[in-house]
Amino acid sequence: MAIESGVTSALEVEQDYEKHLNSPGHRTMVLNMGPQHPSTHGVLRLLLELDGETILKAAPEIGYLHTGIEKEFEAKTYQQGVTLTDRIDYLAPLSNNLVYCLAAEKLLGLEIPPLAQFTRVMLAELTRLNSHLVWLGTHAIDIGAMSVFLYCFREREDILRIFEMFSGQRMMTSYFRIGGLALPHPRGWQKRVKDFVDIFPSRIDEYEELLTGNSIWMGRTKGVGFISLEDMLDLGVTGPMLRAAGLPLDIRKDAPYSSYEKFDFNVPTSTVNDVFARYQIRLQEMRESTKIIRQALEGMPSGSHQADAPGIVLPDREKMKTQMEALIYHFKIVTEGFRVPAGEVYQTIESPRGEVGCYMISDGTQKPYRVHWRGPSFGNLQSIPRLIEGTLIADVIAALGSMDFVLGDTDR
Amino acid sequence: MPLPELFRDNSTAAALADLATTGKLELGELTIEISPANIHEALHRIKHKLGFNRLSSVTGVDRFPVEPRFEVVYHVQSTTTKERLRIKARVSGDNPEIESACPVFRAANWYEREVFDFFGVRFLNHPDMKRIMLPDDFEGYPLRKDFPVTGTRY
Repeated sequence: MAIESGVTSALEVEQDYEKHLNSPGHRTMVLNMGPQHPSTHGVLRLLLELDGETILKAAPEIGYLHTGIEKEFEAKTYQQGVTLTDRIDYLAPLSNNLVYCLAAEKLLGLEIPPLAQFTRVMLAELTRLNSHLVWLGTHAIDIGAMSVFLYCFREREDILRIFEMFSGQRMMTSYFRIGGLALPHPRGWQKRVKDFVDIFPSRIDEYEELLTGNSIWMGRTKGVGFISLEDMLDLGVTGPMLRAAGLPLDIRKDAPYSSYEKFDFNVPTSTVNDVFARYQIRLQEMRESTKIIRQALEGMPSGSHQADAPGIVLPDREKMKTQMEALIYHFKIVTEGFRVPAGEVYQTIESPRGEVGCYMISDGTQKPYRVHWRGPSFGNLQSIPRLIEGTLIADVIAALGSMDFVLGDTDR
Repeated sequence: MPLPELFRDNSTAAALADLATTGKLELGELTIEISPANIHEALHRIKHKLGFNRLSSVTGVDRFPVEPRFEVVYHVQSTTTKERLRIKARVSGDNPEIESACPVFRAANWYEREVFDFFGVRFLNHPDMKRIMLPDDFEGYPLRKDFPVTGTRY
Protein backbone atom coordinates (compact mmCIF):
# COMPACT_ATOMS: atom_id res chain seq x y z
CA MET A 1 0.00 0.00 0.00
CA ALA A 2 2.71 2.44 0.97
CA ILE A 3 4.54 1.85 -2.29
CA GLU A 4 1.41 2.23 -4.40
CA SER A 5 0.19 5.47 -2.91
CA GLY A 6 3.59 6.92 -2.12
CA VAL A 7 2.28 8.56 1.02
CA THR A 8 1.76 6.44 4.10
CA SER A 9 -1.31 7.20 6.17
CA ALA A 10 -1.52 7.19 9.94
CA LEU A 11 -4.17 4.48 9.83
CA GLU A 12 -1.85 2.26 7.86
CA VAL A 13 0.85 2.54 10.51
CA GLU A 14 -1.62 1.66 13.24
CA GLN A 15 -3.05 -1.31 11.31
CA ASP A 16 0.41 -2.54 10.49
CA TYR A 17 1.34 -2.32 14.14
CA GLU A 18 -1.76 -4.27 15.19
CA LYS A 19 -0.79 -6.98 12.76
CA HIS A 20 2.73 -7.21 14.17
CA LEU A 21 1.39 -7.08 17.71
CA ASN A 22 -0.72 -10.19 17.18
CA SER A 23 1.97 -12.15 15.42
CA PRO A 24 4.23 -14.38 17.53
CA GLY A 25 7.54 -12.79 18.48
CA HIS A 26 6.46 -9.26 17.52
CA ARG A 27 9.22 -6.72 17.74
CA THR A 28 7.95 -3.38 16.47
CA MET A 29 6.64 -0.36 18.32
CA VAL A 30 4.86 2.83 17.32
CA LEU A 31 6.42 6.10 18.38
CA ASN A 32 4.61 9.43 18.27
CA MET A 33 7.01 12.19 17.35
CA GLY A 34 5.39 15.55 17.88
CA PRO A 35 3.21 17.58 17.65
CA GLN A 36 5.29 19.29 20.34
CA HIS A 37 8.68 17.92 19.38
CA PRO A 38 11.27 20.72 19.19
CA SER A 39 12.89 19.51 15.98
CA THR A 40 9.65 19.35 14.03
CA HIS A 41 9.79 23.19 13.98
CA GLY A 42 6.17 23.79 14.69
CA VAL A 43 3.36 21.38 15.15
CA LEU A 44 4.00 18.40 12.93
CA ARG A 45 3.07 14.97 14.21
CA LEU A 46 4.93 11.97 12.87
CA LEU A 47 3.86 8.41 13.53
CA LEU A 48 6.87 6.15 13.34
CA GLU A 49 6.74 2.39 13.39
CA LEU A 50 10.06 1.13 14.64
CA ASP A 51 11.88 -2.16 14.57
CA GLY A 52 14.64 -1.43 17.06
CA GLU A 53 16.07 1.82 15.73
CA THR A 54 14.99 1.28 12.15
CA ILE A 55 11.91 3.03 10.82
CA LEU A 56 9.60 0.63 9.03
CA LYS A 57 6.84 3.09 8.34
CA ALA A 58 6.33 6.80 8.84
CA ALA A 59 3.18 8.85 8.52
CA PRO A 60 3.01 12.63 8.87
CA GLU A 61 -0.13 14.15 10.38
CA ILE A 62 -0.69 17.85 9.71
CA GLY A 63 -3.36 20.46 10.29
CA TYR A 64 -2.57 21.60 13.83
CA LEU A 65 -1.81 25.11 12.59
CA HIS A 66 -4.71 25.48 10.18
CA THR A 67 -5.99 29.06 10.32
CA GLY A 68 -8.47 29.23 7.44
CA ILE A 69 -6.55 31.90 5.58
CA GLU A 70 -7.99 30.89 2.19
CA LYS A 71 -11.51 31.51 3.49
CA GLU A 72 -10.45 34.78 5.05
CA PHE A 73 -9.20 36.11 1.69
CA GLU A 74 -12.75 35.94 0.37
CA ALA A 75 -13.96 38.30 3.11
CA LYS A 76 -11.25 40.94 2.62
CA THR A 77 -10.66 43.45 -0.14
CA TYR A 78 -7.68 42.82 -2.41
CA GLN A 79 -5.40 45.28 -0.62
CA GLN A 80 -6.37 43.99 2.85
CA GLY A 81 -5.46 40.48 1.72
CA VAL A 82 -1.77 41.43 1.64
CA THR A 83 -1.61 41.33 5.42
CA LEU A 84 -2.85 37.73 5.46
CA THR A 85 -0.06 36.57 3.18
CA ASP A 86 2.58 37.56 5.75
CA ARG A 87 1.13 35.08 8.17
CA ILE A 88 1.16 32.07 5.86
CA ASP A 89 4.89 31.46 5.70
CA TYR A 90 6.07 33.53 8.62
CA LEU A 91 9.74 33.10 7.78
CA ALA A 92 9.34 34.50 4.27
CA PRO A 93 6.65 37.19 4.53
CA LEU A 94 7.93 39.32 1.67
CA SER A 95 8.00 36.42 -0.79
CA ASN A 96 4.35 35.81 0.01
CA ASN A 97 3.48 39.49 -0.35
CA LEU A 98 5.17 39.42 -3.72
CA VAL A 99 3.30 36.48 -5.21
CA TYR A 100 -0.06 37.84 -4.04
CA CYS A 101 0.63 41.30 -5.44
CA LEU A 102 1.90 39.90 -8.74
CA ALA A 103 -1.25 37.82 -9.13
CA ALA A 104 -3.54 40.79 -8.49
CA GLU A 105 -1.44 43.06 -10.70
CA LYS A 106 -1.64 40.56 -13.55
CA LEU A 107 -5.44 40.60 -13.31
CA LEU A 108 -5.45 44.40 -13.17
CA GLY A 109 -2.89 44.74 -15.96
CA LEU A 110 -0.79 47.12 -13.88
CA GLU A 111 2.65 48.28 -14.94
CA ILE A 112 4.97 48.47 -11.94
CA PRO A 113 7.73 51.13 -12.04
CA PRO A 114 11.35 49.85 -12.15
CA LEU A 115 12.23 51.24 -8.72
CA ALA A 116 9.48 49.21 -7.09
CA GLN A 117 10.50 46.10 -9.02
CA PHE A 118 14.16 46.36 -8.02
CA THR A 119 13.18 46.99 -4.40
CA ARG A 120 10.96 43.94 -4.51
CA VAL A 121 13.80 41.80 -5.84
CA MET A 122 16.22 43.15 -3.24
CA LEU A 123 13.87 42.57 -0.32
CA ALA A 124 12.74 39.17 -1.60
CA GLU A 125 16.36 38.07 -1.68
CA LEU A 126 16.94 39.44 1.83
CA THR A 127 13.93 37.35 2.81
CA ARG A 128 15.62 34.31 1.30
CA LEU A 129 18.72 35.01 3.39
CA ASN A 130 16.58 35.54 6.47
CA SER A 131 14.79 32.24 5.95
CA HIS A 132 17.95 30.29 5.13
CA LEU A 133 19.64 31.71 8.24
CA VAL A 134 16.83 30.52 10.49
CA TRP A 135 16.96 27.16 8.71
CA LEU A 136 20.74 26.84 9.12
CA GLY A 137 20.68 27.82 12.79
CA THR A 138 17.87 25.47 13.76
CA HIS A 139 19.07 22.63 11.54
CA ALA A 140 22.49 22.83 13.18
CA ILE A 141 21.00 22.99 16.68
CA ASP A 142 18.93 19.88 15.91
CA ILE A 143 22.05 17.99 14.99
CA GLY A 144 23.92 19.28 18.03
CA ALA A 145 25.99 22.23 16.83
CA MET A 146 24.72 24.82 19.29
CA SER A 147 26.82 27.87 18.45
CA VAL A 148 25.89 28.13 14.75
CA PHE A 149 22.45 29.27 15.86
CA LEU A 150 23.91 32.33 17.60
CA TYR A 151 25.99 33.29 14.57
CA CYS A 152 23.01 32.94 12.22
CA PHE A 153 20.69 34.98 14.39
CA ARG A 154 23.29 37.76 14.62
CA GLU A 155 23.03 38.28 10.84
CA ARG A 156 19.28 37.70 10.84
CA GLU A 157 18.98 40.62 13.22
CA ASP A 158 20.67 42.87 10.65
CA ILE A 159 18.17 41.76 8.02
CA LEU A 160 15.20 42.30 10.32
CA ARG A 161 16.50 45.80 11.05
CA ILE A 162 16.55 46.50 7.31
CA PHE A 163 12.95 45.26 7.08
CA GLU A 164 12.00 47.48 9.98
CA MET A 165 13.65 50.44 8.34
CA PHE A 166 11.67 49.93 5.13
CA SER A 167 8.30 48.92 6.47
CA GLY A 168 8.22 49.66 10.20
CA GLN A 169 7.83 45.95 10.95
CA ARG A 170 10.38 43.25 11.60
CA MET A 171 8.43 40.21 10.53
CA MET A 172 4.88 40.87 9.30
CA THR A 173 6.06 43.53 6.89
CA SER A 174 3.22 43.82 4.30
CA TYR A 175 5.59 46.16 2.46
CA PHE A 176 4.64 45.15 -1.07
CA ARG A 177 1.20 46.38 -2.03
CA ILE A 178 -0.85 45.92 -5.14
CA GLY A 179 0.52 48.66 -7.37
CA GLY A 180 3.99 48.98 -5.86
CA LEU A 181 5.37 49.52 -2.39
CA ALA A 182 3.62 50.65 0.77
CA LEU A 183 6.04 53.48 1.49
CA PRO A 184 8.84 55.29 -0.33
CA HIS A 185 12.41 54.29 0.49
CA PRO A 186 13.57 55.32 3.95
CA ARG A 187 16.43 57.75 4.33
CA GLY A 188 19.86 56.13 4.56
CA TRP A 189 18.81 52.64 3.50
CA GLN A 190 21.68 52.32 1.01
CA LYS A 191 24.32 52.42 3.74
CA ARG A 192 22.50 49.83 5.85
CA VAL A 193 22.11 47.40 2.94
CA LYS A 194 25.65 48.07 1.69
CA ASP A 195 27.15 47.39 5.11
CA PHE A 196 25.24 44.14 5.18
CA VAL A 197 26.24 42.83 1.73
CA ASP A 198 29.85 43.86 2.39
CA ILE A 199 30.10 41.81 5.55
CA PHE A 200 27.80 38.90 4.71
CA PRO A 201 30.04 36.78 2.40
CA SER A 202 32.64 36.62 5.17
CA ARG A 203 29.89 35.55 7.58
CA ILE A 204 28.95 32.66 5.27
CA ASP A 205 32.64 31.67 5.38
CA GLU A 206 32.32 31.61 9.15
CA TYR A 207 29.37 29.20 9.03
CA GLU A 208 31.28 27.02 6.61
CA GLU A 209 34.26 27.03 8.95
CA LEU A 210 32.01 25.84 11.75
CA LEU A 211 30.25 23.12 9.78
CA THR A 212 31.54 22.12 6.35
CA GLY A 213 34.71 20.35 7.42
CA ASN A 214 33.36 19.33 10.82
CA SER A 215 33.55 15.55 11.09
CA ILE A 216 30.49 15.26 13.34
CA TRP A 217 28.46 17.39 10.93
CA MET A 218 29.62 15.33 7.97
CA GLY A 219 28.92 12.09 9.81
CA ARG A 220 25.38 13.16 10.62
CA THR A 221 24.51 14.56 7.19
CA LYS A 222 26.45 12.73 4.47
CA GLY A 223 24.59 9.83 2.89
CA VAL A 224 21.47 10.60 4.94
CA GLY A 225 17.98 11.46 3.70
CA PHE A 226 18.23 10.16 0.15
CA ILE A 227 15.16 10.28 -2.08
CA SER A 228 15.23 9.76 -5.84
CA LEU A 229 14.55 12.65 -8.19
CA GLU A 230 11.64 10.77 -9.80
CA ASP A 231 9.99 10.30 -6.41
CA MET A 232 10.46 13.97 -5.58
CA LEU A 233 8.92 15.18 -8.83
CA ASP A 234 6.03 12.79 -8.49
CA LEU A 235 5.37 13.74 -4.86
CA GLY A 236 5.36 17.49 -5.47
CA VAL A 237 8.71 18.51 -4.00
CA THR A 238 10.17 21.84 -5.17
CA GLY A 239 12.96 24.21 -4.27
CA PRO A 240 16.46 23.51 -2.93
CA MET A 241 15.69 19.81 -2.44
CA LEU A 242 15.15 19.33 -6.17
CA ARG A 243 18.22 21.37 -7.00
CA ALA A 244 20.30 19.24 -4.64
CA ALA A 245 19.19 16.26 -6.75
CA GLY A 246 20.46 17.86 -9.95
CA LEU A 247 17.34 19.46 -11.45
CA PRO A 248 17.90 23.22 -11.94
CA LEU A 249 14.25 24.16 -11.52
CA ASP A 250 14.09 27.77 -10.39
CA ILE A 251 11.17 30.03 -11.30
CA ARG A 252 13.42 33.10 -11.06
CA LYS A 253 15.16 31.77 -14.20
CA ASP A 254 12.35 29.82 -15.86
CA ALA A 255 9.64 32.47 -15.77
CA PRO A 256 11.30 35.68 -14.51
CA TYR A 257 9.00 37.95 -12.54
CA SER A 258 9.54 41.41 -11.11
CA SER A 259 12.58 42.04 -13.41
CA TYR A 260 14.67 39.04 -12.27
CA GLU A 261 15.77 38.73 -15.92
CA LYS A 262 17.93 41.84 -15.40
CA PHE A 263 20.02 40.20 -12.68
CA ASP A 264 23.04 38.00 -13.10
CA PHE A 265 23.03 34.97 -10.83
CA ASN A 266 23.50 31.22 -10.96
CA VAL A 267 21.22 28.41 -9.84
CA PRO A 268 23.45 26.10 -7.81
CA THR A 269 22.82 22.38 -8.25
CA SER A 270 24.35 19.20 -6.96
CA THR A 271 23.78 15.55 -7.79
CA VAL A 272 24.67 14.06 -4.41
CA ASN A 273 21.12 14.40 -3.10
CA ASP A 274 21.66 13.96 0.64
CA VAL A 275 21.29 16.22 3.67
CA PHE A 276 24.83 17.53 3.24
CA ALA A 277 24.20 18.42 -0.42
CA ARG A 278 21.05 20.35 0.56
CA TYR A 279 23.10 22.23 3.13
CA GLN A 280 25.70 23.13 0.50
CA ILE A 281 23.04 24.19 -2.01
CA ARG A 282 21.44 26.54 0.49
CA LEU A 283 24.78 28.07 1.44
CA GLN A 284 25.57 28.67 -2.24
CA GLU A 285 22.11 30.16 -2.70
CA MET A 286 22.91 32.59 0.10
CA ARG A 287 26.02 33.69 -1.80
CA GLU A 288 24.02 34.09 -5.00
CA SER A 289 21.33 36.08 -3.19
CA THR A 290 24.00 38.40 -1.82
CA LYS A 291 25.13 39.00 -5.42
CA ILE A 292 21.56 39.86 -6.44
CA ILE A 293 21.13 42.25 -3.52
CA ARG A 294 24.36 44.03 -4.44
CA GLN A 295 23.23 44.39 -8.07
CA ALA A 296 19.87 45.76 -6.95
CA LEU A 297 21.56 48.19 -4.59
CA GLU A 298 24.00 49.47 -7.20
CA GLY A 299 21.55 49.57 -10.09
CA MET A 300 18.55 50.94 -8.19
CA PRO A 301 16.60 53.05 -10.70
CA SER A 302 15.01 56.33 -9.74
CA GLY A 303 11.33 57.12 -10.04
CA SER A 304 8.11 56.47 -8.25
CA HIS A 305 7.57 53.67 -5.78
CA GLN A 306 4.00 53.14 -6.95
CA ALA A 307 2.30 52.62 -10.28
CA ASP A 308 0.42 55.46 -11.92
CA ALA A 309 -3.04 54.08 -11.17
CA PRO A 310 -5.10 56.61 -9.22
CA GLY A 311 -8.03 54.30 -8.50
CA ILE A 312 -5.81 51.58 -7.05
CA VAL A 313 -2.85 53.06 -5.18
CA LEU A 314 -3.46 55.49 -2.36
CA PRO A 315 -2.82 59.13 -3.32
CA ASP A 316 0.00 61.19 -1.92
CA ARG A 317 -0.82 62.85 1.45
CA GLU A 318 0.10 66.30 0.15
CA LYS A 319 -2.19 65.94 -2.87
CA MET A 320 -5.03 64.89 -0.61
CA LYS A 321 -4.86 68.25 1.13
CA THR A 322 -4.96 70.25 -2.08
CA GLN A 323 -6.85 68.20 -4.67
CA MET A 324 -10.46 67.12 -4.43
CA GLU A 325 -9.96 64.10 -6.75
CA ALA A 326 -7.17 62.72 -4.59
CA LEU A 327 -9.37 62.94 -1.53
CA ILE A 328 -12.22 61.15 -3.32
CA TYR A 329 -9.92 58.38 -4.51
CA HIS A 330 -8.53 57.95 -1.02
CA PHE A 331 -12.00 57.71 0.46
CA LYS A 332 -13.16 55.22 -2.13
CA ILE A 333 -10.08 52.98 -1.94
CA VAL A 334 -10.15 52.85 1.85
CA THR A 335 -13.89 52.37 2.31
CA GLU A 336 -14.78 50.01 -0.53
CA GLY A 337 -11.55 48.96 -2.24
CA PHE A 338 -11.10 48.73 -5.99
CA ARG A 339 -12.69 46.46 -8.55
CA VAL A 340 -10.54 43.86 -10.27
CA PRO A 341 -11.54 42.65 -13.76
CA ALA A 342 -13.02 39.15 -13.80
CA GLY A 343 -10.58 36.38 -14.62
CA GLU A 344 -8.26 33.86 -13.09
CA VAL A 345 -4.52 33.67 -12.73
CA TYR A 346 -1.99 31.23 -11.28
CA GLN A 347 1.11 33.16 -10.29
CA THR A 348 4.16 31.31 -9.04
CA ILE A 349 7.42 32.54 -7.59
CA GLU A 350 10.49 30.92 -6.08
CA SER A 351 10.29 31.32 -2.32
CA PRO A 352 13.16 30.17 -0.06
CA ARG A 353 11.39 26.80 0.22
CA GLY A 354 10.33 26.27 -3.37
CA GLU A 355 7.36 27.07 -5.54
CA VAL A 356 4.69 29.30 -4.03
CA GLY A 357 1.60 29.45 -6.17
CA CYS A 358 -1.24 31.91 -5.79
CA TYR A 359 -4.37 30.97 -7.74
CA MET A 360 -6.61 34.00 -7.74
CA ILE A 361 -10.09 34.16 -9.19
CA SER A 362 -11.85 37.47 -9.55
CA ASP A 363 -15.52 37.92 -10.32
CA GLY A 364 -15.19 41.64 -10.95
CA THR A 365 -15.94 42.81 -7.41
CA GLN A 366 -13.74 44.34 -4.72
CA LYS A 367 -13.03 41.03 -3.00
CA PRO A 368 -11.40 37.95 -4.51
CA TYR A 369 -13.85 35.18 -5.37
CA ARG A 370 -11.30 32.58 -4.41
CA VAL A 371 -7.60 32.55 -3.48
CA HIS A 372 -5.81 29.23 -3.34
CA TRP A 373 -2.35 29.09 -1.86
CA ARG A 374 0.04 26.43 -3.06
CA GLY A 375 2.58 26.33 -0.24
CA PRO A 376 5.94 24.75 -0.96
CA SER A 377 6.11 23.13 2.48
CA PHE A 378 2.85 21.27 1.83
CA GLY A 379 4.21 19.62 -1.28
CA ASN A 380 7.60 18.96 0.28
CA LEU A 381 6.20 17.36 3.44
CA GLN A 382 4.40 14.71 1.41
CA SER A 383 7.74 13.09 0.64
CA ILE A 384 8.65 12.49 4.31
CA PRO A 385 7.80 8.77 4.34
CA ARG A 386 9.92 8.20 1.23
CA LEU A 387 12.74 10.15 2.83
CA ILE A 388 12.93 8.36 6.17
CA GLU A 389 11.44 4.89 5.79
CA GLY A 390 14.20 2.34 6.19
CA THR A 391 16.62 4.72 7.91
CA LEU A 392 17.59 5.05 11.56
CA ILE A 393 15.59 7.14 14.01
CA ALA A 394 18.49 9.51 14.66
CA ASP A 395 18.54 10.39 10.95
CA VAL A 396 14.91 11.53 11.03
CA ILE A 397 15.96 14.79 12.66
CA ALA A 398 18.60 15.47 10.04
CA ALA A 399 16.30 14.53 7.16
CA LEU A 400 13.43 16.66 8.47
CA GLY A 401 15.76 19.60 9.00
CA SER A 402 17.04 19.36 5.44
CA MET A 403 13.51 19.89 4.07
CA ASP A 404 13.16 23.30 5.70
CA PHE A 405 9.41 23.31 6.07
CA VAL A 406 7.27 25.86 7.87
CA LEU A 407 4.07 24.51 9.36
CA GLY A 408 2.21 27.78 8.87
CA ASP A 409 2.82 27.35 5.17
CA THR A 410 1.77 23.70 5.25
CA ASP A 411 -1.50 24.14 7.11
CA ARG A 412 -2.40 27.70 6.05
CA MET B 1 -20.64 22.30 -28.63
CA PRO B 2 -18.12 23.53 -31.22
CA LEU B 3 -14.66 23.99 -29.77
CA PRO B 4 -13.01 27.38 -30.12
CA GLU B 5 -10.23 28.01 -32.61
CA LEU B 6 -7.78 27.53 -29.78
CA PHE B 7 -7.99 23.80 -30.29
CA ARG B 8 -6.65 24.19 -33.81
CA ASP B 9 -3.90 26.73 -33.11
CA ASN B 10 -2.47 25.51 -29.82
CA SER B 11 -0.72 22.14 -29.97
CA THR B 12 -1.37 21.26 -26.30
CA ALA B 13 -5.06 22.06 -26.67
CA ALA B 14 -5.24 20.17 -29.98
CA ALA B 15 -3.83 17.05 -28.33
CA LEU B 16 -6.67 17.16 -25.80
CA ALA B 17 -9.42 18.25 -28.20
CA ASP B 18 -11.25 14.91 -28.17
CA LEU B 19 -11.61 15.00 -24.36
CA ALA B 20 -12.15 18.71 -23.83
CA THR B 21 -15.50 20.39 -23.46
CA THR B 22 -14.12 23.91 -23.80
CA GLY B 23 -10.91 25.87 -23.31
CA LYS B 24 -9.44 29.34 -23.24
CA LEU B 25 -6.14 31.18 -23.36
CA GLU B 26 -6.33 34.19 -21.07
CA LEU B 27 -3.49 36.31 -19.65
CA GLY B 28 -1.09 33.84 -21.23
CA GLU B 29 -2.49 30.93 -19.26
CA LEU B 30 -4.05 27.96 -21.01
CA THR B 31 -7.15 26.44 -19.41
CA ILE B 32 -8.80 23.30 -20.69
CA GLU B 33 -12.06 21.96 -19.35
CA ILE B 34 -12.55 18.23 -19.26
CA SER B 35 -15.69 16.38 -18.30
CA PRO B 36 -15.20 14.53 -14.99
CA ALA B 37 -15.71 11.14 -16.66
CA ASN B 38 -12.59 11.65 -18.78
CA ILE B 39 -10.33 13.18 -16.16
CA HIS B 40 -8.19 10.11 -15.56
CA GLU B 41 -7.54 9.59 -19.26
CA ALA B 42 -6.81 13.27 -19.75
CA LEU B 43 -4.31 13.45 -16.87
CA HIS B 44 -2.64 10.27 -18.05
CA ARG B 45 -2.23 11.71 -21.53
CA ILE B 46 -1.00 15.04 -20.15
CA LYS B 47 1.69 13.35 -18.13
CA HIS B 48 2.88 10.60 -20.46
CA LYS B 49 2.27 12.02 -23.95
CA LEU B 50 2.46 15.77 -23.49
CA GLY B 51 5.27 15.77 -20.91
CA PHE B 52 3.61 17.75 -18.12
CA ASN B 53 5.35 15.68 -15.47
CA ARG B 54 4.74 17.82 -12.37
CA LEU B 55 1.45 18.34 -10.59
CA SER B 56 1.76 21.76 -9.00
CA SER B 57 -1.57 21.92 -7.22
CA VAL B 58 -5.11 20.62 -7.08
CA THR B 59 -7.81 22.82 -5.71
CA GLY B 60 -11.53 23.43 -5.77
CA VAL B 61 -13.79 26.35 -6.54
CA ASP B 62 -17.39 26.63 -5.40
CA ARG B 63 -19.65 28.33 -7.98
CA PHE B 64 -22.74 28.18 -5.78
CA PRO B 65 -25.61 28.49 -6.81
CA VAL B 66 -24.54 27.63 -10.38
CA GLU B 67 -24.83 23.97 -11.31
CA PRO B 68 -22.55 22.00 -11.76
CA ARG B 69 -21.47 23.61 -8.56
CA PHE B 70 -17.83 22.65 -8.05
CA GLU B 71 -14.76 23.08 -10.18
CA VAL B 72 -11.76 20.86 -9.51
CA VAL B 73 -8.70 22.66 -10.85
CA TYR B 74 -5.37 20.98 -11.61
CA HIS B 75 -2.21 22.95 -12.34
CA VAL B 76 0.49 20.95 -14.09
CA GLN B 77 3.93 21.93 -15.31
CA SER B 78 6.55 20.40 -17.57
CA THR B 79 10.03 20.46 -16.06
CA THR B 80 11.67 20.41 -19.50
CA THR B 81 9.76 23.17 -21.32
CA LYS B 82 8.63 24.87 -18.04
CA GLU B 83 5.19 25.29 -19.60
CA ARG B 84 2.12 25.32 -17.39
CA LEU B 85 -1.39 24.11 -18.01
CA ARG B 86 -4.63 24.38 -16.08
CA ILE B 87 -7.17 21.57 -16.26
CA LYS B 88 -10.69 22.02 -14.95
CA ALA B 89 -13.46 19.57 -14.30
CA ARG B 90 -16.95 20.61 -13.22
CA VAL B 91 -18.59 18.42 -10.61
CA SER B 92 -22.24 18.52 -9.59
CA GLY B 93 -23.28 19.77 -6.17
CA ASP B 94 -25.67 16.88 -5.40
CA ASN B 95 -23.10 14.16 -5.65
CA PRO B 96 -19.64 15.71 -5.81
CA GLU B 97 -17.45 12.85 -6.98
CA ILE B 98 -14.54 12.60 -9.38
CA GLU B 99 -11.87 10.06 -10.22
CA SER B 100 -8.69 10.54 -8.19
CA ALA B 101 -5.48 11.66 -9.89
CA CYS B 102 -3.34 9.60 -7.50
CA PRO B 103 -2.64 6.73 -9.93
CA VAL B 104 -1.11 9.28 -12.33
CA PHE B 105 0.47 11.81 -9.97
CA ARG B 106 1.25 10.60 -6.46
CA ALA B 107 1.41 14.23 -5.32
CA ALA B 108 -2.37 14.39 -5.74
CA ASN B 109 -2.76 12.39 -2.51
CA TRP B 110 -2.61 15.31 -0.08
CA TYR B 111 -3.88 17.90 -2.56
CA GLU B 112 -7.08 15.94 -3.09
CA ARG B 113 -7.52 15.31 0.61
CA GLU B 114 -7.39 19.07 1.07
CA VAL B 115 -10.09 19.58 -1.56
CA PHE B 116 -12.22 16.94 0.15
CA ASP B 117 -11.62 18.60 3.51
CA PHE B 118 -12.64 22.09 2.38
CA PHE B 119 -15.24 21.40 -0.34
CA GLY B 120 -16.53 17.92 0.30
CA VAL B 121 -15.66 16.67 -3.18
CA ARG B 122 -14.96 12.93 -2.94
CA PHE B 123 -12.18 11.44 -5.02
CA LEU B 124 -12.86 7.87 -6.12
CA ASN B 125 -10.08 5.29 -5.83
CA HIS B 126 -8.08 7.61 -3.58
CA PRO B 127 -5.91 5.54 -1.20
CA ASP B 128 -6.71 7.58 1.92
CA MET B 129 -9.83 9.71 1.45
CA LYS B 130 -10.30 11.58 4.72
CA ARG B 131 -9.87 15.04 6.17
CA ILE B 132 -6.34 16.41 6.31
CA MET B 133 -6.36 19.83 8.05
CA LEU B 134 -9.57 19.83 10.08
CA PRO B 135 -10.43 17.33 12.80
CA ASP B 136 -12.21 14.18 11.62
CA ASP B 137 -15.43 15.11 13.47
CA PHE B 138 -15.68 18.60 11.96
CA GLU B 139 -19.09 19.32 10.47
CA GLY B 140 -19.38 21.03 7.11
CA TYR B 141 -16.94 22.08 4.43
CA PRO B 142 -15.55 25.54 5.18
CA LEU B 143 -14.56 26.78 1.72
CA ARG B 144 -18.08 26.28 0.36
CA LYS B 145 -19.76 29.59 -0.31
CA ASP B 146 -22.70 28.77 1.98
CA PHE B 147 -20.36 28.27 4.96
CA PRO B 148 -20.12 31.49 6.99
CA VAL B 149 -16.82 33.32 7.47
CA THR B 150 -17.62 34.10 11.11
CA GLY B 151 -19.71 32.14 13.60
CA THR B 152 -19.92 28.43 14.16
CA ARG B 153 -23.30 27.47 12.70
CA TYR B 154 -23.22 25.85 9.29
